[in-house]
Amino acid sequence: MTPKRKWAIAGTAAIIAVFGWMLYGGLDKNVVFFLTPKELLAKGTKGYDVPVRLGGQVRPGSVKWNDQTLELRFALTDGSSEVAVHSKGTPPQMFRDGMGVVLEGRFGRDSVFDATSLMVKHSNEYRAPKAGEKPQEMYRTLIKGSGS
Amino acid sequence: MNGLIGHGALLISVAVIVLGIGAGVMAGRLRTQDWINAVYSAVYTNFVLVTIATGAMVVALVTHDFSVSYVAQVGSRATPLFYTIISLWSALEGSILFWGWVLSLYAAVVVWTNRRRAGALVPWSATALLGVSLFFAILLIGPANPFHPVYPVPSDGPGPNPLLQNHILMAVHPPLLYLGYVGMTVPFAFAVGAMLSGEIGSNDWIKLTHRWTLLSWGFLSAAIIAGMWWSYEVLGWGGYWAWDPVENASFMPWLTATAFLHSAIMQERRSMLRLWNVNLVVGTFVLTILGTFLTRSGIISSVHAFTTGTIGYFFLAFIALVLVASLGLVAGNSDRLGSAGNLDSAASRETVFLLNNLFLTVFMFTVLVGTLFPLVAEAIRGVKVSVGEPFFNRMSLPVVIVLVFLMGVGPALPWGRASRDEMRRKLVPPAAGAALLLAIALVAGMRNAYALAVVALAGYSIVANAREIVIGMQARHEARGEAWGVALLKLASGNRRRFGGYLAHIGVFAVAIGIAASSSMRSDREATLKPGESITVAGRTLRLKSVWGRDETQRSVVGATLEFVENGRVAGIIEPRMNFYPASQQPVPTPAVRSSLLGDVYVNLQAFRPDGSNVTVKVIYEPLVPWIWAGGLIVVLGAITSILPQRVRVAHEADARQPATGARGALAGLHANVEAT
Repeated sequence: MTPKRKWAIAGTAAIIAVFGWMLYGGLDKNVVFFLTPKELLAKGTKGYDVPVRLGGQVRPGSVKWNDQTLELRFALTDGSSEVAVHSKGTPPQMFRDGMGVVLEGRFGRDSVFDATSLMVKHSNEYRAPKAGEKPQEMYRTLIKGSGS
Repeated sequence: MNGLIGHGALLISVAVIVLGIGAGVMAGRLRTQDWINAVYSAVYTNFVLVTIATGAMVVALVTHDFSVSYVAQVGSRATPLFYTIISLWSALEGSILFWGWVLSLYAAVVVWTNRRRAGALVPWSATALLGVSLFFAILLIGPANPFHPVYPVPSDGPGPNPLLQNHILMAVHPPLLYLGYVGMTVPFAFAVGAMLSGEIGSNDWIKLTHRWTLLSWGFLSAAIIAGMWWSYEVLGWGGYWAWDPVENASFMPWLTATAFLHSAIMQERRSMLRLWNVNLVVGTFVLTILGTFLTRSGIISSVHAFTTGTIGYFFLAFIALVLVASLGLVAGNSDRLGSAGNLDSAASRETVFLLNNLFLTVFMFTVLVGTLFPLVAEAIRGVKVSVGEPFFNRMSLPVVIVLVFLMGVGPALPWGRASRDEMRRKLVPPAAGAALLLAIALVAGMRNAYALAVVALAGYSIVANAREIVIGMQARHEARGEAWGVALLKLASGNRRRFGGYLAHIGVFAVAIGIAASSSMRSDREATLKPGESITVAGRTLRLKSVWGRDETQRSVVGATLEFVENGRVAGIIEPRMNFYPASQQPVPTPAVRSSLLGDVYVNLQAFRPDGSNVTVKVIYEPLVPWIWAGGLIVVLGAITSILPQRVRVAHEADARQPATGARGALAGLHANVEAT
């Protein structure tokens, strides 16, 4: 029994060690830093071409959507600095000027942030729409003009 | 008025709980019937009081009583009645109230079904349940009070979060999750009760705990699958799992509970793993509280985290208290927690169960590390980081592959010791299943190595599990001349727990195959279409027919109608939409899905021109997604089969006339105490 138990303990320890090693390596490679535009720009050349999460607000009036190439461009700001963002395949109707978003992607050497995914900061807390923030406006025309 | 009733009931319940805990300590020490009755009465009274409070909240929601803070927060006159009722769990305070109610219900049912049981186990367990109830009652009269009076009373409210009123599954997923999550309190209470009463060395409490864990585990499994389904149907990205902290929070206790369902059998049969089992039960409970802390304190930014507040500190303090108390109890019982049995041979089901526990625990730790790492990094290094999906996928895939394989090997091997010949007879034939599924997957175009491994090993294990069922049927057929169908039914009812286990395994294989296929063979395309134009994805052509908009009671909708075109003819339509809720800054995507056995066509409306001249749609083809939902259903059926009471031979005739099914039967089953495996 004793040698058997030794083997069992050694085997378990080996599995846990391998896993610990994988865990360490996996974390090291897959940790994504969460930055604001200011922090990203402060990184200089180190900020290029590494995966980051970029959080900030959509600068009002900066959203440009090309419905033929399906490209969305806008500027993300944290109040002091801003970064130009390019994204393909992002639904523009999810966008309100000034809303908070978190982008996942890489900052290219052309100083444009290429976003692969975009998360809107959802909140369970209700906030009354500010003046000028009427989501209804964008679809009213369609509802009136719709026959079906 | 509603606020007064609700808050009053909660205040009284705190007093009742405190008195009940006092009585529980006396009952545990003196073991006199009067004290025991006092504890049980406290449990029942608490259930009545929390039911009154929850009822008052539902009445307040339905009657739009905006003088109650929670209603002012989530209510709205425009919200349909159905979504008004389920908004009970759409924000922090209401969800804690619902939690408290589910806990009080569990406590009452546990006590009622075990009230005649001798010994101090049940009184002590009831006291532990009251202890946990006290924590939630304190939250409800303190930091998460849903009944704050509001002055002046608003005339209308914002309504629940649009995401939560966009799909019917929101009525299904949260209650299931609470039933599963809160239900893990019961095994914990039994463990505490067994340690306090000195019954931890007996195998009696483990049988009782096993059944209750099965119940909660069944609910939790269903809740996780329903949550995946909700995410798939509502969020519009065509995925169902993103390793979001909220998802991880529900998955971690599921892993440890799954481990316990297996290791408990080891203790019942072989008197092994006593200490380990107590730790698993306590760990599962702590993970549910930790999960609630993570998702409800706002400490981790998540897509669906609730508000920030002081409530986080309460949870941390409670987790610390539970850990310290449990450790103290385990240390005090260490002489009773030694392992009495030993492993006979490495070639046995015991070994597979041990490996299963090892890998499930390792899996849980991986998810835990990935989930907590951002917190640790921020606390220590002051940087904000997140751990990406690639980490979780890379770490979990090897573990999943091993677990799927073990799920086939375990049932095939006997307890004790398998002879060389037995191993060959049992372990070699299922390889045909692996070869078959591997061939099918290759022909279907699957190339991802991990996905192929999962599918092949699932094929192996399906055959291994199905064979156990067939072998049992064959034995009955040959020995008693029963028809095959009869033999299957008799087999299933003869050893429900084992049969339910096989069934649950097969469900897990269906889920694994569904995930492997849909994640590795998904194809998607995105295009801007004018009416009359088409898009083709994976051989399926969709043509835009019209763009439309309409007003509904609580929202406005913009949608597109697309036609499936097959051989030049229209073979059905699909209508992805965007729902606009007045309280929300942005629309809620409402993708449309057409399912078939082999896969889903998933269409999301990405953008539209306000004049209706074009829309941008994303079309995804995902193979075998329905297998995930079907597999989840099979898992739940397996859990139900296992929980249903074992037929007792004496009562055979009566049973045949009046099968013990449904809630009453299940409860009786939880109470029943028969050798099952």
